[in-house]
Amino acid sequence: MLIKSRNASDVLSSEITPKSVFEKRRSFLKTAAFAGAGIAAGALPTLPAYAARTPLSGVQKSKWSAESLPENDPITDYEDVTSYNNFYEFGTGKRDPKENAQEFKVTPWEISVEGACMKPGKISFEDLIKPETLEERVYRLRCVEAWSMVVPWVGVSLASVLKKFEPTSDAKYVAFETLFDPERMPGQRQPVLKWPYKEGLRIHEAMHPLSILGVGMYGEVMPNQNGAPVRLVMPWKYGFKSIKSIVKIKFQKTIPPTSWNDAAAREYGFYSNVNPAVRHPRWSQDSERRIGEIFKRKTLMFNGYAEEVASLYEGMDMRKWF
Amino acid sequence: MATSSAAAGATPHRVARRRDPVIWIIKPLVWVLCLAPLAWLGWLVADAFFYGGRGLTANSVEFINRYLGDWALRILLVALAVTPVCVLSGWKQVVRLRRLLGLFAFFYVVLHVANYVVLDQFFNWAAIWDDIIKRWYITVGMVGLLCLIPLAITSTKGWIKKMGGCNWNRLHKAVYIAGAAGCLHFFMMRKGFQYEPLVYAGIFASLMAIRAIEPLKRKFKQR
Repeated sequence: MLIKSRNASDVLSSEITPKSVFEKRRSFLKTAAFAGAGIAAGALPTLPAYAARTPLSGVQKSKWSAESLPENDPITDYEDVTSYNNFYEFGTGKRDPKENAQEFKVTPWEISVEGACMKPGKISFEDLIKPETLEERVYRLRCVEAWSMVVPWVGVSLASVLKKFEPTSDAKYVAFETLFDPERMPGQRQPVLKWPYKEGLRIHEAMHPLSILGVGMYGEVMPNQNGAPVRLVMPWKYGFKSIKSIVKIKFQKTIPPTSWNDAAAREYGFYSNVNPAVRHPRWSQDSERRIGEIFKRKTLMFNGYAEEVASLYEGMDMRKWF
Repeated sequence: MATSSAAAGATPHRVARRRDPVIWIIKPLVWVLCLAPLAWLGWLVADAFFYGGRGLTANSVEFINRYLGDWALRILLVALAVTPVCVLSGWKQVVRLRRLLGLFAFFYVVLHVANYVVLDQFFNWAAIWDDIIKRWYITVGMVGLLCLIPLAITSTKGWIKKMGGCNWNRLHKAVYIAGAAGCLHFFMMRKGFQYEPLVYAGIFASLMAIRAIEPLKRKFKQR
């Protein structure tokens, strides 16, 4: 059996230096040696401002803190959250993204804002995020595959970002797109989905206080395999709605096409709100396995955020608009 | 030494058995190769349990399920390859490995299903029944399992005698349904468009095609 009891004196697996960090130290030493050689040669290499495991400063606590969650929702182990990912741009296996995204460079990163707004244009990731308040948001994440995690995201209010572009009254929906670059995202060389990955929200969902643009987790910049440099985090929807590595935001009047809905409309609806009552052809959605646990637990309506978001869907038939 | 002592006290039949490479090399090799994936899984579980190893991924139940399912299908395809290999290469002895390979495939199928029932669903029979009737890929998987059970039971020499070779052969054609069900189960389980299940399905289709074409060829030659 896999149930493990721990003595207080046991070394936690989280205390052991992960191999990736160990290797990173090595590559850092190598880089440092190169830098030394560079200085000697009179040419200083430019160090990337964005490197994995860089701590973020000025992160504010929010009302969605670790303490605000029930006792049976402890934060999931960092190693698990960063080694068990669905990010098909880097491979379909759960461990593929961690393996294949290490070399992914996210600087420079530009986001194009288009459509029904007064101030469309291209903006760098830094300029988009810098004026915003970084907040820690500890949210449950429920994947459509019936597993879940609790992730301490660092992010900015999506509403606050979107309002800067002054969406017009035609902006009924917001569409998002992931980077398309098969050179850098090897998973895109396979036709698993119609690339680039697309997602969309109704404008009221996007403007909800729970909706954030995630730029980090565990107090550090977003790891590549989790959607660096910027991703959506929609805690009451199945994980695939939280699109990663965003390069395009578009305000529009019509309902935007979304990748999984295009691939299998019967299985993945536009809304994809976590709903234990609406069953899925592949997975029973009434229960889930929390990563780190063996036995399943009941899935909560709207992933436990019903109080905050249920009003968005008042009067809607959730079976039809699944 | 070994041959002389064997020759001293054994019947000629026993001597022949000991000199038969299928018995003393190939069958043990099949045992070792077929048990190796399970041994590796055992090591991953022990490593995770005692040393906090991460070989089982963050979702060990899902990992074990996929791992056992993968190996069940692989060994089933190897078992289904025995007849085509015999036909194409003319190496008749290979047929003697067919039952062993088939039983190993069944063994991994049973472990795969046991993991699903015990660790994944924890004997929640209502949820399991729900899965079988509502989730098509599980329905298809169950069809495969149901095909293999009578084949495993009747795999002994006694049963061949009891049933008669003709009937026994006819019953054991059900393995083709199991192979198709296994491939389809895998294909349906994957999300999006993925090559891997198509490779398995392609191998299965080729093995079936060889079976269908060879008798036709022989007929043609006879004329």
